[in-house]
Amino acid sequence: MNTNKNSYTLIYATVMVVIVALMLALVSSSLKGIQTANVELDKKKQILSSLNISLEGQDAAALYDKYIVKELVINSKAEVLSDVKGDAFKLDYIKELAKKIEERQLPLYIAEVEGVTKYIIPLRGAGLWGPIWGYIALNEDRNSVYGTFFSHASETPGLGAEIAYPAFQQQFVGKRIFNDSNDFVSIAVMKAGQVSDKQDQIDAISGGTITSKGVEQMLLNCIGQYEAYLKISNGGTEE
Amino acid sequence: MSKLISDKTKAVFLGPLSKNNPITVQVLGICSALAVTAKLEPALVMGLSVTIIVAFSNVIISLLRNTIPNRIRIIVQLVVVAALVTIVSEILKAFAYDVSVQLSVYIGLIITNCILMGRLEAFAMSNKPWESFVDGLGNGFGYAWILVVVAFFRELLGSGTLLGLRVIPQAVYDAGYVNNGLMILPPMALILVACIIWVHRARNKELQEK
Repeated sequence: MNTNKNSYTLIYATVMVVIVALMLALVSSSLKGIQTANVELDKKKQILSSLNISLEGQDAAALYDKYIVKELVINSKAEVLSDVKGDAFKLDYIKELAKKIEERQLPLYIAEVEGVTKYIIPLRGAGLWGPIWGYIALNEDRNSVYGTFFSHASETPGLGAEIAYPAFQQQFVGKRIFNDSNDFVSIAVMKAGQVSDKQDQIDAISGGTITSKGVEQMLLNCIGQYEAYLKISNGGTEE
Repeated sequence: MSKLISDKTKAVFLGPLSKNNPITVQVLGICSALAVTAKLEPALVMGLSVTIIVAFSNVIISLLRNTIPNRIRIIVQLVVVAALVTIVSEILKAFAYDVSVQLSVYIGLIITNCILMGRLEAFAMSNKPWESFVDGLGNGFGYAWILVVVAFFRELLGSGTLLGLRVIPQAVYDAGYVNNGLMILPPMALILVACIIWVHRARNKELQEK
C-alpha cells in the first residue's frame, strides 16, 4: 500500500483524530463524577487544614460537617446575602474576584473548634508561575490568626513551593490583621532582617521572594474585602 | 522458538541505563531534568511516569509503524503521546487526586520531553512492539536514575531533607552548618548532570571524543 498518497494521509489523519477524540471524551466523561467529588473533598480538606485539624486517616467530609457550623455569603458592606449551608461552598470565588468589589458575593466559613468560633476566609492570588490560594482562619476577636493553609499550582519546588509547608504557614499564628488603632493593615511578608513598622510580619522564603510577595498581596486583597464584616465586633481595641 | 528475553532485547534494555543513556550520552530530556530535580519526590514520580508513557507510546507507534504516512509521522507520534499523557493525568485526577495536584505541571511536561519523540522516531518506527516496549522501559529507567541521583544531592545539600524528611540533624545546624541555597537553583542541576557525565565518560573510554 502506498502510504505517501495525499488521500491516504488525509484519511489517516482524520481517522486518527476522531478515534483519539472519542477516546479522550470517553475517559473524561466517565471519570468526571469521581473527579468533581475529589475536587469538593479537597476543598473541604483545605478549609479544615486552616483550622490546624489533622486529617490523617480521617473522613474529611464528616469532619467538615462537624467543625464548620455555618457558611455565609456576604458582600463587602458586611450584609449577609445567604446563610444556607452549601451556598458559600458552591460559589466560584475566582469569578467573584473578577467582578467589581461592590458586586462580589463573598464566601465566609464559620467554624467552631472546642466551643470557640473561628472565621475562615478564602484567599486567591498570584505567585511567580501561576495562581496561589489558601484559607486563613481568624480567632473569635476577628483579628488574630488562628491558622492558615496555602497551596499553589506551579511554584518552584524548594523555593516558592515552600508556602505549602507548615514551616511557613505556622509563622502566621497569632499575628494580627488590624493595628492598634483598628485600621486594617494585613500581615507583611518580609525578607529576614527587614522590619515593618506598620503591621505584624512574618519571614519570607529566601529564594522565593516573588511568591512571598504574592502571599502578602493575596492576604491584603482578599482579607480586605471582609474588612467591614470583621470590624463589626473586632474584639481588641475600642474606637 | 527464541527465548523470551533474547540477547538483543537485553542489550536494548541495558544500553540506555549506561552506555547509551538518554541524558548523559544522548543529551535528551535535559530540560525536565533541570526542572523537577530540586526535590526527590517529584523526580521519582516524573521518572516513573515518563517510563510508563515512553514504553506504551513506543508499543502503539511500533504497532502502527507500517501504516503511518511518512509526511505526518511526527504529528501522529505527538498525538499518541499527548493522548496517553492526558489519559494518565485524568486517571490520576480521579483515583490519586493528591498526587495529581502535586504533579499537575510535571505530568503536562512529559509531552514536551524530548526522550519520548526521540525514542519513537529512532526506535519504535523501525522495530517490533516487544523490543520497542523494552526499549521504552530501558530509556525510562535510564532517565529516571539520573533524575533520582541529581535530586538526591540537590535535596540533601539544598534543603537538608530527603523525600521531605529531615536527615541532617539539628545539632549539625547548631554547630554552624547551613543549607546550600545554590543547590536548589536550576544551575546546580546542570553542574550535577555535568559531573555525572564526567564520571561516566572517565569510566567508559569508548564514549570519549578523540
